[in-house]
Amino acid sequence: MAQTISGQQATQGPLLSGAQILLECLAREGVDCMFGYPGGVTIPLYDAMYSNPLKHILVRHEQNAAFAAQGYARATGKVGVCCATSGPGATNLVTGLVDAMMDSIPIVALTGQVSTSLIGSDAFQEADTFGITRSATKHNFMVQNVKDLAQVIHEAFYLAASGRPGPVLVDIPKDVFQGHTHYKPVDEIHLPGYKVFSEGHTGQIRRAAQMIWDAKRPYVVGGGGIVLANAAKEFTELVETIDAPTVTTLLGLGGISTGHPNFISMPGMHGSYAANMGLHGCDLIIALGIRFDDRVTGKLAAFAPHAKVIHIDIDPAEISKNRLADLPIVGDLKRVLPKLIREVKDLKATEHGKNYQARVDWWKQIRSWKEEHPLEPKTSTTEIKPQQLMVEIDKISGGEAIVAVDVGQHQMWAAQFINFHHPRLWLCSGGLGSMGFGLPSAMGAQMALPDKLVFAICGDGGFQMSLPELATLVNNGLNVKIIVMNNGYLGMVRQWQELFYNNRLSSVELCSFPDPAMLAGAYGFKGRTVESPLDLPAALKEAVEYNGPYLLNVKVTPNENVFPMVPAGGAHNEMVLGPPKPVSVA
Amino acid sequence: MIQIISLLVENKPGALMRITGLLTARNYNIESLTVARTLDPDLSRMSIAVDVDPKLRQQVVKQMNKLVNVLQASDLTDGPAVARELVLLRVRTAIENRTAVLKEAEIFGARVVDSSTEGFVLEATGDAEKLDTFVDLMRAYGEIEVTRSGVVAVTLENKKLRLSPPVPAPSSGVVYEGEEEAAAAAVDGVLR
Ligand SMILES: Cc1ncc(C[n+]2csc(CCOP(=O)(O)OP(=O)(O)O)c2C)c(N)n1
Ligand SMILES: [Mg+2]
Repeated sequence: MAQTISGQQATQGPLLSGAQILLECLAREGVDCMFGYPGGVTIPLYDAMYSNPLKHILVRHEQNAAFAAQGYARATGKVGVCCATSGPGATNLVTGLVDAMMDSIPIVALTGQVSTSLIGSDAFQEADTFGITRSATKHNFMVQNVKDLAQVIHEAFYLAASGRPGPVLVDIPKDVFQGHTHYKPVDEIHLPGYKVFSEGHTGQIRRAAQMIWDAKRPYVVGGGGIVLANAAKEFTELVETIDAPTVTTLLGLGGISTGHPNFISMPGMHGSYAANMGLHGCDLIIALGIRFDDRVTGKLAAFAPHAKVIHIDIDPAEISKNRLADLPIVGDLKRVLPKLIREVKDLKATEHGKNYQARVDWWKQIRSWKEEHPLEPKTSTTEIKPQQLMVEIDKISGGEAIVAVDVGQHQMWAAQFINFHHPRLWLCSGGLGSMGFGLPSAMGAQMALPDKLVFAICGDGGFQMSLPELATLVNNGLNVKIIVMNNGYLGMVRQWQELFYNNRLSSVELCSFPDPAMLAGAYGFKGRTVESPLDLPAALKEAVEYNGPYLLNVKVTPNENVFPMVPAGGAHNEMVLGPPKPVSVA
Repeated sequence: MIQIISLLVENKPGALMRITGLLTARNYNIESLTVARTLDPDLSRMSIAVDVDPKLRQQVVKQMNKLVNVLQASDLTDGPAVARELVLLRVRTAIENRTAVLKEAEIFGARVVDSSTEGFVLEATGDAEKLDTFVDLMRAYGEIEVTRSGVVAVTLENKKLRLSPPVPAPSSGVVYEGEEEAAAAAVDGVLR
C-alpha cells in the first residue's frame, strides 16, 4: 500500500496545497517580491508564505499594492505582483489594474475569493471580482479547482508579459488554497486563441524604408511601446540612421536620451512649441509604439495634416484606430526595428541624396521653432517657480535617477524639465492619470532597485491620496525621496477653471497641508519645508543625502500655469504659449 | 450599419461576458447575438450583429480577435456568407382568415407548428428582411406575438483557422525561451 503511494508520488509529484503550489509557481516565474495585504480568505496563502523565501511587502492600502507592483514592473520590465483578499481587498485593486491596462504594464494580481461552495450566496466579503475586473485587465481567471492552479498561474504571467503587456488577475477561492493535489511542474502553456505578432512583415518593412527616404520632412514619434519593448537602443539607432527630428510621448520619455541631439521634446497638450509644430509640419510620421492618444493629437481631424504615417505597433487593434496608417507594421519593436534599420541603411547609398537639401531645410525650420519659443523654466529669486524646482531636481538626477510622478501640473513640469538618459527611469500614470500613483510606484521601483536614487514628485493633493504608505517606506527601508510640489491647489483643475471657466475656482483650494517635519517625524524619518529659491538646492541635497526616506515640502508660486497648452480638442497650431488668457475652448 | 461577425470561441467561463462587455465598453450596439456549441464541445460558435459605423468595422473585429478566448473573429458583412434567422410567430386570427394566413405562410415557406381555434403558431426562417416583411404581413391578420432568434451566419469561404502553438512554461529562471519563435510561426504572413 505504502509502496503504491510513493510510486504514485514519483509519477505525479508531491502532494501540495494550493497555497504551496502558488508559491512554487511564483518562484518559477522568478518573482522575488510581492506587494499585498492579507484577509480572511488569503490566510491559507499567508500561512504558506510564513515559511517561504518570497518577500512580501505589506502595503497600507491595496490600491498601492497594485501601483507598487506597477512601479516594480515599469522600473525593471519584469512582471510586478500584487495580492489582495476577497471583497474589499479586490475592489481596492481596481484603479491600479485599469491604470496598468491603459499604460500596458505587466502585473499579475492575485485575489482571494470565498470558497467555491459559497460563491453566489452573497457570503461575507464576497464580490464578483471576476466580473468586476473583466474590463480592468488584459485577461482574468477564476480558479475552480486546485488541479488547475499551476497552469493558470503560468498562463497569467505569460499573458501579462508577452505581446502588448498588461494586467492579469487570478481569483482564487479559499478552498483552492487549502485543497491538495500532486504537483507537477507545468511544462507548456497553450492559449490557442492568444495571438502575438512579433516579427513584422518583411515586405512592409522594406516599403517603410523607402517611404522614409522619400520623405522631405520626416518626424519620428516614439511612445511607451519603445520602453515596453526594451527597444531604446534600436530606437536611437534608427533615429540616428534617418537623422530625423524626434519626439517621444509622455510615456516614451527616456526611450531616447532627452539629451540626444535629435530629440526635440514631448508633443501634445503640454508639449513644446517645436515638438507640436514639427508634427503639424512634417510630411512623414514614423510612429513607433504609440497609440495616437487624444492628449497627443489634439483635434484629430487637424492632426499632422501633411503627413503620411508609418505605424509600427505590436497590437493590430492600435493600427488605424485613431489615425489612419498609410503603412502599418504589426510587430515587436525589438524585432522589427533592427530589420527596418538594415533596410534603411541598404537604401542609403542610392536614396540619401534625393531629399538631402529638403532635410537640411527641415532641420533649420525645427531649430528656428525651438529658438522662437524654447521650453524655458521660469525663475525667480523671491519665490520658487515650479519649473525651477524641476530644473533643480534635474541637476541632481543628471538624467540617471528614477522619477515617479503623481498627476497634475507637477507631472507636466517634470516631463518638460527633467532629463532622462535611459528608459525605465520615468514612472508616470499616463493613460488613466491616477492621482495617488506617485508614491507607491516609487516604492515599488525602490524595492526592485534598492541602490537607485528614487524620487516621488507629488502634488500636495495627490500626495495625500497615498499618505498611508509612509509607513511602508519606513518598515521596508525604502529611501524614497518625496518631493511635494506644494501650490496649495489641485493645480491642474485650478488651471482649467482659470482658463476655461472664468476663474470660478470651485473646490480646488487645499487650504492646509500637514507640517512635513511633524508628519515625517511621526513615522520616524525626516521632513521639512523649503520656500526660498536660494535654499532649494541645499534642501534637495539634504533630502538626497539623508539616510532614509525624506519628505521635502516645496512651496511654489500658487497660481502658475502649465504652458504651452493645446486646449482640449484644439489643433497643434492653435497652441497657447502662455498668459495672457486664451479664448475659452469648449 | 449592421455588421455581422462570426466568432469561434473557447467554452471558458466568462467568455460571453468578455465579448458583450467589449462591445458595450466601446459603445457598439448589439442588435442580436446567438451562441451554441460546435462539433467540438469545447468550442462555441457565436454570430453577432452589431450596429456600427462602417469606419469602425475593422476595429471591432480586431478588438474581438484580441480576446484570449476568441480563436477567430471574422467579419461576414461583405464576404460570401449566408445569414439566416428564425422567427416564431403567434397570430390570433378569425376563422374566415385562416386560409389566407396559411396561403401567406406557404409563400414565405413558413411552417405551422401549432394550430388552434384562436389561430396559429408559425415558424419561418430566412434573412432578416424577408422575416420583417413576413411579420408585417401577418400583422394584417390579427394580433401577433413574435420571437426572433437573431441572426446565425456561416461564411462560404474556407478560412483557415490559425491557432497559436504551445509555448514552454518557465522552469526556474528561464523566461519564455522560444516564445517569439512560436509567435513568429503563428504570424506566418497573415497580418502585416
Ligand atoms: C484619482 C483622481 N482624482 C481626480 C483626478 C483629477 N485631477 C487631475 S489633476 C488634479 C489636481 C492634482 O492636484 P495636485 O496633486 O495638488 O497636483 P498639482 O496639479 O497641483 O500639481 C485632479 C484633481 C485625477 N487625475 N485622479
Ligand atoms: Mg497642488
